[in-house]
Parts: sequence; structure tokens; C-alpha cells
Amino acid sequence: MKNSNSVFFETWVRLKKNKVAFASLWILLFLIVVAVFAGLIAPYPYSMQNPSNILQKPSLKHIFGTDQYGRDIFSRVVYGARISLSVGFIAVGVALLAGGFFGAIAGFYGGWLDNVIMRCMDILLSIPSVLLALAIVAAFGTSLPNLMLATGVSTIPGYARLVRATILTIKNQEYVEAARAVGTNDFEIITRQILPNCMAPILVQATFGVATAILTIAGLSFVGLGLQPPIPEWGSMLSDARAYIRGYSYMLVSPAVAIAITVFCLNSLGDGLRDALDPKLRD
Amino acid sequence: MLVPFTKGIQPLILVLEDIKVFKYIVRRILFLIPTLLLVSFFVFCIIKAAPGDPAQLALGEGATEENIEAKRIELGLDRPFIVQYLDWLYNIVFHFDFGNSYRSNISVSYQIKSYFPNTLKLSGFSVLLGMFIGVPLGMIAAVKQYSPFDSVVMSFAMVGMSVPAFVLALAMILLFSVTLHWLPSSGFNSFSQMIMPIVALGMQPCAICARMTRSSMLEVVRQDYIRTVRAKGLSESKIVVVHALRNALTPILTTVGLQFGALIGGAFVTETIFLIPGFGRLLVTAVTNRDYPLVMGGVTVVAMVVALTNLAIDIAYAFIDPRVRSEFKKGSGLFSHIRMKKEIMRSLEEAHEK
Repeated sequence: MKNSNSVFFETWVRLKKNKVAFASLWILLFLIVVAVFAGLIAPYPYSMQNPSNILQKPSLKHIFGTDQYGRDIFSRVVYGARISLSVGFIAVGVALLAGGFFGAIAGFYGGWLDNVIMRCMDILLSIPSVLLALAIVAAFGTSLPNLMLATGVSTIPGYARLVRATILTIKNQEYVEAARAVGTNDFEIITRQILPNCMAPILVQATFGVATAILTIAGLSFVGLGLQPPIPEWGSMLSDARAYIRGYSYMLVSPAVAIAITVFCLNSLGDGLRDALDPKLRD
Repeated sequence: MLVPFTKGIQPLILVLEDIKVFKYIVRRILFLIPTLLLVSFFVFCIIKAAPGDPAQLALGEGATEENIEAKRIELGLDRPFIVQYLDWLYNIVFHFDFGNSYRSNISVSYQIKSYFPNTLKLSGFSVLLGMFIGVPLGMIAAVKQYSPFDSVVMSFAMVGMSVPAFVLALAMILLFSVTLHWLPSSGFNSFSQMIMPIVALGMQPCAICARMTRSSMLEVVRQDYIRTVRAKGLSESKIVVVHALRNALTPILTTVGLQFGALIGGAFVTETIFLIPGFGRLLVTAVTNRDYPLVMGGVTVVAMVVALTNLAIDIAYAFIDPRVRSEFKKGSGLFSHIRMKKEIMRSLEEAHEK
């Protein structure tokens, strides 16, 4: 226990030295708080229309202005954080569970099972992720769970490969043998002895994965195949704003900045974590 | 191998090596077949799993029960699932026929043929732009690690990675079309129309290329042989370009290949913004209309293009990187463990003979 604490502490100290990554972590935590308490922070309901107040430039009452239906853009951006972050985290979580499961089985048992699973993963990899998402959306529609599934599925092979590779390198080490010798079952060996060893690379990949998922959803929503109105998704807000680019360009700014900041923070945190967790760079 | 490397033997060894590479390439092409079969089956399954009756979709609302039944038979939907798949596959393989669109009744392959060139042009130019800007930037950043230039390039790359193409596209339209009136905001025929889409789509590959080049160069320049050539007094530019870059090229090439595939799949947003009659927009419309033959055909074709790109990259490795060439002999891919075993047996036998 003490050991795992010190590894965590060491990583933390090293992450702290990377100022951009550390700042990104705080911004992300702030965004998560905003997403959780969106109901308290947003001054108006996200779908409240006000026909007498459409296309207002930013003012004290509406700090990001209002859109073509008189909805408060600030409130919509705040609720958008909840949508984007939850889609990102859940899509990655699902992919991680599935990929981890398949990778662990493939690596641990080997043989034909390994071959079958990893060939299927190769197939999944050979379809571009966005296209796979498009195919799933085409077949099952654009509900929120479908979109999470659609963005998550294509990242499963990445996690499966990671977990499998780690398992292959450690499954024959003494402590695993020892655990087996005292009669620990396979499930416990995999979850207790082996998986903790994959945590570092998985954490890094998952951080980048959330960023990619957010971008995918925003792109799909932008072309109308993602979340449907009036759900305030940043991509679909941009798509609305595009029609008013001449004269009402302020509508573009806040959702665009929100996407860029969120993805930037996730990417730079992923970079920072990778450096902090890399044993080669450890003093 | 104690054979002296005389001038007479060297070409022979090269030829032998070439045969091995040739064999690798053939094997790699053969591996394409099961991959594509499985991809097509996978896509077929997803679309067939969709709720709703395709015959009903094809006819639209207000179709009578008999009409729908007749349409089902006409579309072959009354046959067993596997027969439908094999029929679909047969037509693709032998006639490049993906069936007809439910909506317009135009042949899917015709539509793909007429829309694909634009997407190919857009993604191709974007990847080239990204490569020709990203790789040199990454190289210089690696050579001058921790310099101001390095940190500027890397921050730029980080931003480039995080700003999605459609945000960049909208920002450029706002600046260059709406405010300055320099560039047209839509279309893809003239040079001025092509600038913004290519830059918007090329930003992310450029950033990724720069990061990838930097990190793989950094790994290479720490190696002993670089120290050796430097000790030999080679000029710094020659060290970087001839010795370091060549060895760092494999991961860079992989990145470029993957980016090209990702762009063909991801170009639809950029195409939508700039109203480019491309493949991505065709596909988006197909998804919106639930035009299943078009979706299935489109996804399969893109998967094919991506698989071919990967193939081309893998073959290019063989010519660039001798390390990879020796790796082929050990084998990788579908039957790697069998080949590995054979290889080990053979080397044991050879050792025995000696």
C-alpha cells in the first residue's frame, strides 16, 4: 500500500513540474465542476426560448449573447460541458472495459482465442473510427447511448492491444506464478496482479481517448448526425452559428473556444501524464 | 555467414534479399483478402441489424402491404441472411456493383466514383501539406531540443492537435471570406477555393507529424551511431538528414499513412462546411436518409482504400528500413507463430549442419 502511494506521489510531483499539464488538470477539474453543477451555474434553462430577445450581442444579461431562438448561449455552453464531458468519459470507459476484457483474455490464455480476438481487433482497426461511428449511427439512430457506443467501439482495439502486450510481458513472472501456486483463480490473478501493471499506459491513452471522443461527437453533431436539438452540444451549436456567420459571428466564438480549450487540456494532460509515468525519464 | 563479401557474391545476396521482400509483399497482399472479407461482413451485419424494414424505407410512407412485399422480393430481402451477404459480395467483387441507392435508385458505385475524387484530392493534399510542413518543423525542433523554437513549434502543434478542422474552417471563413473578402467560402474547383479546406483539414496531420517526427528523431539522435558519425566529423546537417531522419522515417511514415486514412473518413465535416461535393457528404446524406446500400458501399470502399494505404506503407517500409526487412523474415501478422516456429526449426537445423 505504501509503495503504491509513493508511486502516485512521485507521479504527482513530476506532473507538477510540467506547468502546462498541471494547469490543464486544474482547468479540467474546473470544467468537470461546471458540468456537474450546470444547473446552478447556468442563469437560464438551456432550451428556454425568448422570441423578443433573439440574436443579441453579448451583454451583462447574456454574457455570450443569445442565439436565433433567443436562448442564452452562456447557459448552453455550460450545459454543453456536461454533454461533451459525459460522452467523452463514458465512451472511453465502455471502450476501456471492453478492450481491457478482450485484451486480458487474449493475452492470458493465448492460443486460438488470442488469434481470434486479435484478428477481430485488426478488423476494427482497419475501419476509420469516424466511419464506424457513422455506420453505427446509420443503423441504430442518434440517441445519446448509441453515440457513446459509436465513438467508443473504434477505440476498443487500442486498449485491447495495450492490455494484451502488458500481460504477455508479465504473465510468467514469479509473483504471478506464486499467486497461481497458492491457488488464486484466473480472474483474481488478472485483476489483482496483472492489471495494475497496465494502469500507466492506459491512463495516458484514455486521456487522449476522451479528447478524441469529444471531437468525434462534436463533428457528428456538426453535420446533424449527433445529438439532436435542443440538446446543447458544442458541435451542433457551431453548426447553428454557421448560418449566422455574417453579422452574428459572436455566436461561433464561445462553443468553438470551449471545444478547443477542453481538447487542448486533455491532450496536454495526456502528454504530461505520459512523461510523468515514463520510467525511462525517471531520475 | 563467413562468406567473404567479394564483388561477385554481393549482387546474389541482394537478389536473395529481394526475393524475400517479394515474398513478404505477396504474403501481405494475400492477407488483405481475409481482412477485407471480414470488414465487409462486419459492415453488412451492422446495417442488417438496423431496426426497420428496408423495403418500407425504399418505398417511403404510404406504401401498401402488397407493394412492400413485392419490393422485399425485388430487393432479395426474403432470402436467408448469408445468401444476401454472399450475393452482395459477389456483385462487388465481380462487377464492382454495390446495388442501387434506395432514394435516387442511382447505382451506388457510380455515385462513389463521381464523389470520391474530390475527397481523395482534399485528403491527399491535406496530408501532403501536413507532411511537408510538419516533418521539417519536427526535425528542427528535435535538433534544437529545449530551444525557444522547439517550445514554439510544440505549443503550436499542441494547439493544432486540439482545434478541430471545423472550428479552424469556420474561423478562416470568418476572417478570409466574411471580413477580408479574400477567399471564396465554398466550392472546390479553383485554387483559391481549395486553399481553406486543405489548410483546415491539414492542420491536424501537420501537428501530429511535427510531434511524431520530433519524438522519433529524439530517440534516434541519442543512439551511439549518431555519436560515432559526429565524432567522425560529419556536418551537422548531414548527420540529421542522412543518418537520423532515415532511421526515424518508419514511425513518421506510419503516421502519415494513418492520417491519410483518418482524413478520408473524417473529411465529411470539412466538406459540409465548404459545400464540397465529396464522398463524406454523400455518406452523411446517405446516413440521414437511411439509404443503406449507399452507407454499406461507402464504408466498405473507404475501408478498402485505408487497407490499401496501409499495404502501401508496409511495402514502403521494406524499401526504406533494413531493420524491418529482417523483421519480415521472422514474420508478423496472420500466421506469425507458425512461421516463427518454422524459422526456429530451420535455424536449429542450420546450426546442426555446421
